[in-house]
Amino acid sequence: MSTVSVRIPTILRTYTGGESEVKAEGATLRAVIADLEASHTGIAARILDDNGKIRRFVNVYVGDEDVRFADGLDTPTPAGAQVSIIPAVAGG
Amino acid sequence: MGRKASLMAPTPVNDLTPAGNLGPATALVCRECGHRRELGAFYACEECFGPLEIEYDFGGLTRADIESGPANIWRYRGLLPVPENVADTPNTEPGLTRLVRADNLAEALGLQRLWVKDDSGNPTHSFKDRVVAVALAAARELGFKVLACPSTGNLANAVAAAAARAGIRSAVFVPSNLEQQKIITTAVYGGTFVTVDGNYDDVNRLASEIAGEQDDWAFVNVNVRPYYAEGSKTLGYEIAEQLGWRLPDQIVVPVASGSQLTKIDKAFQELIKLGFVEDRPYRVFGAQAEGCGPVSAAFKAGHDVVRPVKPDTIAKSLAIGNPADGPYVLDVVRRTGGAVEDVTDAQVVDGIRLLARTEGIFGETAGGVTVGVLKKLIDDGTLDPSAETVIINSGDGLKTLDAVSPVVAPSANIAPSLAAFRAAGLA
Repeated sequence: MSTVSVRIPTILRTYTGGESEVKAEGATLRAVIADLEASHTGIAARILDDNGKIRRFVNVYVGDEDVRFADGLDTPTPAGAQVSIIPAVAGG
Repeated sequence: MGRKASLMAPTPVNDLTPAGNLGPATALVCRECGHRRELGAFYACEECFGPLEIEYDFGGLTRADIESGPANIWRYRGLLPVPENVADTPNTEPGLTRLVRADNLAEALGLQRLWVKDDSGNPTHSFKDRVVAVALAAARELGFKVLACPSTGNLANAVAAAAARAGIRSAVFVPSNLEQQKIITTAVYGGTFVTVDGNYDDVNRLASEIAGEQDDWAFVNVNVRPYYAEGSKTLGYEIAEQLGWRLPDQIVVPVASGSQLTKIDKAFQELIKLGFVEDRPYRVFGAQAEGCGPVSAAFKAGHDVVRPVKPDTIAKSLAIGNPADGPYVLDVVRRTGGAVEDVTDAQVVDGIRLLARTEGIFGETAGGVTVGVLKKLIDDGTLDPSAETVIINSGDGLKTLDAVSPVVAPSANIAPSLAAFRAAGLA
């Protein structure tokens, strides 16, 4: 089982007791989010929509890669990987 | 994340108390799920991460109130999330740029009536001065201490200048491969200025993460975005007022994040609801570069969602591969009967030269994109050549000299003598 580090955006820190970074386990992003939910009940429904897909205005990165350019929820999360969850805003 | 009182704010504020004086603004509403909350330093919906929009009560505002206001965007302060006395605090006073009747360009393209809204006339030579001025005013009221942004260049200029004028610290982050002109025109204003080895989307992500750590930094286009984005409405207000309180039939707007296009539409809708202009149909068109055209691709494919791309275009001010407002651009152009189109980098350069040669307006690459798309939409019959059309030139060509330097040059180089002049055949 691989342990990864997950950066939590301000908007979700109510679920993590104010922590900006937490540990989670899982070999894919899907498993990591499931593990996050087990430790921080309610957080998965903020990241995923009713169909279990990543919400339209959430960007998730594994390392430097936007998972939308990789395999989405099936993107591998190797041990020690950094997962970042970020609200999608873009400026110019 | 309690916020300390800043030197700018008259009273301490934090996320749980009502915000400072934000004029006619009354609440924040999620564009996705409709969840409503109080005004404050929020930028994403706590329910679904959707972007937040400002709700207003415009009261008894009249056209006369606007017409008696200052000759800058603050004439529209009654339509913006800013205090009534916003014009009294140091700011760059952007707006009320020229609306140029472009008969020569119209003739070259086969259009009957064309106008160029030339926003290169703003204090730092792009439309970004508008949004930054509104963001600065709101940030003051929300108690932030530092004015910050991730940027493709124009915003960097505007934030650094506005912070200098306001006497506060700026923190600006840009891709390190940005045009040299935009590096210099940011660095000159002082402040913290960081070049990042990555593209704009990388820089934007970094800024979002820093915003989560630095409570008193107002990243204008991230954590102050609901307020900041409202500044683009002033483009729409000005076009309508400068046309004699009338909406154009068609408008072509460059698309990066997509915010400018959606806010011009919002402005037109507000003016209709207030009874300031006649309620008649108008069509909104979006312009992108082929090397970064995720919204154009989604429009052509009939999709509602925008698939992110890795940008590769000389139009760096439009090089946002993951445009947050892209879905709303699709909504607006489809609702109004418009379209989103894209052009190649060569067509961008042609567009810059065409605008310069016909109207004496030197636009930056985004302007070239807009003129290029205008031409393409006329040529393929999408745009009505008999309808009154407005295009936006959002920035100054002096910031993107590299785009045209390979293709423009003096007519001749001669000795300082009349004989040499005659010999060169220039008479």
